[in-house]
Amino acid sequence: MTDRMRSPLGHVYGLGSAREGAKEWWSMRLSSLALIPLGLWWAAEIIGHAGADYIGFRLWVGSPVTAILLILTIAVTFYHTAHGVQEVIEDYVHHEGVKLASLVALRFGCVALTVAGVFSVLAIAFGH
Amino acid sequence: MSIVNRPLSPHLEVYKPQLTSLMSIFNRLTGLALSVGTLFFVWQLLAAASGPAQFAWFQALAGSWIGLAALFGWTLSLFYHLTNGIRHLVWDAGYGFDLATTYRTGQLVIVATVALTIIAWIGAFFVRGGF
Repeated sequence: MTDRMRSPLGHVYGLGSAREGAKEWWSMRLSSLALIPLGLWWAAEIIGHAGADYIGFRLWVGSPVTAILLILTIAVTFYHTAHGVQEVIEDYVHHEGVKLASLVALRFGCVALTVAGVFSVLAIAFGH
Repeated sequence: MSIVNRPLSPHLEVYKPQLTSLMSIFNRLTGLALSVGTLFFVWQLLAAASGPAQFAWFQALAGSWIGLAALFGWTLSLFYHLTNGIRHLVWDAGYGFDLATTYRTGQLVIVATVALTIIAWIGAFFVRGGF
């Protein structure tokens, strides 16, 4: 036995890496990196607008730079959330049916929330 | 034959809590808390897109003590997850693995989390002119 990580039986069965993990891993790091500036900006703005009135809040959301940054933040956040929570579900939910249902609900939820958030920003920006 | 020199994950029930393991667990917990928090921010944007009545309703909730406490928890979670995330990215790049450095960066994350949260809320206090 050397420092090989795979058991002889696993080797015969061809078990091991699906060879697709690297892309997932890299995407998660890219989204983390993007969320450092976006997260800091978002936190500062969210706290600053915690008591904002309707007109003021919409003026802020609708201004071009804010709208662009908000859409970026929403898209990257829900990408990061989908993959991050998926890791937790895969680690701790052991019942296959419940796991599958949770993963489907998570994916649907994150896409729906992305669409809802982006649509709201655009609707405000375009003066709806 | 089946003995393989694989690294083992710790069994949490029999694992002595340490700064390193607790910080790892809190990275996940704060991630989950932030996920819940995002629901409210989408709700706020949706309310602002829907009309003044819906927005007023949301702002009343956000401005209440429960809303402010939740927002405080959200900022604390965000700054922890963000600074500890940077620590993870540094590890991913291949640096800072030795035990002494791991503890030092861990302590740095805790200090930075508290400092950023305090700065953010002092800033918010002046921007809003009180709570």
